Amino acid sequence: MKLKSKYVSEVLVRALMILSIVAVVAFVISILYIIFHKGIQSITWAMITQLPQGGFFISGEGGFLNAIVGSLYIVLAATVLGLLISVPIVVYLNIYLKKDSRLGYFCRLTFDVLYGIPSIVYGAFAFIIMIAVGMKPSLLAGIVVTTMLIIPIMVRSMDEVAREFPRRLLDVTYSMGATRWEAMRVVLRQIMPGLTTATLLSVGRAIGDTAAVMFTAGFSDFIPKTLGQQTATLPLSIFNLLTMPSAKVQEKAYAAALVLTIIVLIISLTGRYLSGRVSKNKI
Amino acid sequence: MAMKERTVKRTAQPLVVKNLNLSIGGTPILKNINLELPAHKITCIVGPSGCGKSTLLKTLNRLTDMTDDVHIEGSVLLGDQDIIKASGVELIELRRRIGLVPQQPTPLPMSIYDNVAYGRRIHKLSRAGRQMHKSVLRYLNAVGLVTEVKGKLHSSASRLSIGQQQRLCLARSLAVEPEYILADEATSALDPISSRTVEDLFVKLKEDYSIIMVTHTLSQAQRIADYVVFIYMGEVVETGTADQVFNHPQHELTQNYLKGIFS
Repeated sequence: MKLKSKYVSEVLVRALMILSIVAVVAFVISILYIIFHKGIQSITWAMITQLPQGGFFISGEGGFLNAIVGSLYIVLAATVLGLLISVPIVVYLNIYLKKDSRLGYFCRLTFDVLYGIPSIVYGAFAFIIMIAVGMKPSLLAGIVVTTMLIIPIMVRSMDEVAREFPRRLLDVTYSMGATRWEAMRVVLRQIMPGLTTATLLSVGRAIGDTAAVMFTAGFSDFIPKTLGQQTATLPLSIFNLLTMPSAKVQEKAYAAALVLTIIVLIISLTGRYLSGRVSKNKI
Repeated sequence: MAMKERTVKRTAQPLVVKNLNLSIGGTPILKNINLELPAHKITCIVGPSGCGKSTLLKTLNRLTDMTDDVHIEGSVLLGDQDIIKASGVELIELRRRIGLVPQQPTPLPMSIYDNVAYGRRIHKLSRAGRQMHKSVLRYLNAVGLVTEVKGKLHSSASRLSIGQQQRLCLARSLAVEPEYILADEATSALDPISSRTVEDLFVKLKEDYSIIMVTHTLSQAQRIADYVVFIYMGEVVETGTADQVFNHPQHELTQNYLKGIFS
């Protein structure tokens, strides 16, 4: 009797797990299917190679190259800035501070809170600051607010990996007479796959976020030539296109969504490939 | 003009421990330790679990710095330098002079070649290129790994067997040209054959290096030790040559430990 109930619970849990996996996979496939199906039907070469021409949003000619380039500018700059700030924080928390440090606890709590704040709040906060200092929406403002948005994601994701770092590796490194800086390089080698995953998560969030850049980066039909100029982004373009009353214009939103998805896929696959290469020596 | 390989002046000085007391979070772990550990010998530190053997070993390399709430008094002298009082560059140099082979084989997340070259790079002992290559091969040869890893020097160190990994760790320690090698139960994670290989290596290496080994296995200490330190509850109970301690123990605690009355 006891064995039978064990068997039933085992089967139920197994079924639940399979069901969960099927649900998630079906969800991903249906999103990709809709985007690819609708996107491929409406996308043209001109859309990804041309700037919007007069009345693009009222079924005019041209494309959304301005948004592609704007999104890439923001995401690349924010990722670099985010890494420059996040990696030293993670190293400080895990190598320089003691495990039970109060400062470490407070920092982690702060980043957890920041992680949970919706991006629209970041956008609104940045907008208030911009008004206070007399700054107009610009590429620079978009980069800064996106960096602020992804730092908590990067720090907490990297921190979780760094905390699992085998301490004995630090011991053997120090025992050879390595400085903390030299030991840090060993730590970074070991946690590199985790850093890559954290970066990819952040890039995905940064490139897909609309709310934060809506207030700060503005919108422009041109590719910005300076940091002070406004820029379009793909998520905001999709939003603008989808909210137009014409079905023909709305189709262009799916073309833009297709481009956005392909960019995310390319970044993700490249990141995983590079991660695999650098982590071949991981112990 | 090609830069010559930096040679490190190595001395044969005993390691002298004077009035060493160590506590962690207020709990005394080592109590008034006084020792003179001879050069070019294998010294085995033996004692029951939790008696402070590994802590003593870590103190000799100042790895105790990594432990929270640690308080140390006394001195550990290598020549005229006090390891306990050393800081900054002096500490880095002292750690180079007193290498450590960990209990669990711990290759760095790098290739086999880079594991051995790592220490030489950070201490600028060899230039990159042919000079470094020769050094790496020399130390791999010293631990009998050179033929086993031929053709896969640039593959990951984690792909080696556990026994090979431990010999690689030994080669990595030797590559920074230390005077002392501290081995913290360095064979406990190995199979009997690999364990015997590492033991034989230690015996061979004592001509050039001084070896201090913590071991839990009395038979191992009896096989290779020249000098023995018996510790119980954080205190040194008895020291002497292997013959003195194993065959003519003076203290009742040592006699009981050797008889296996406690372990």
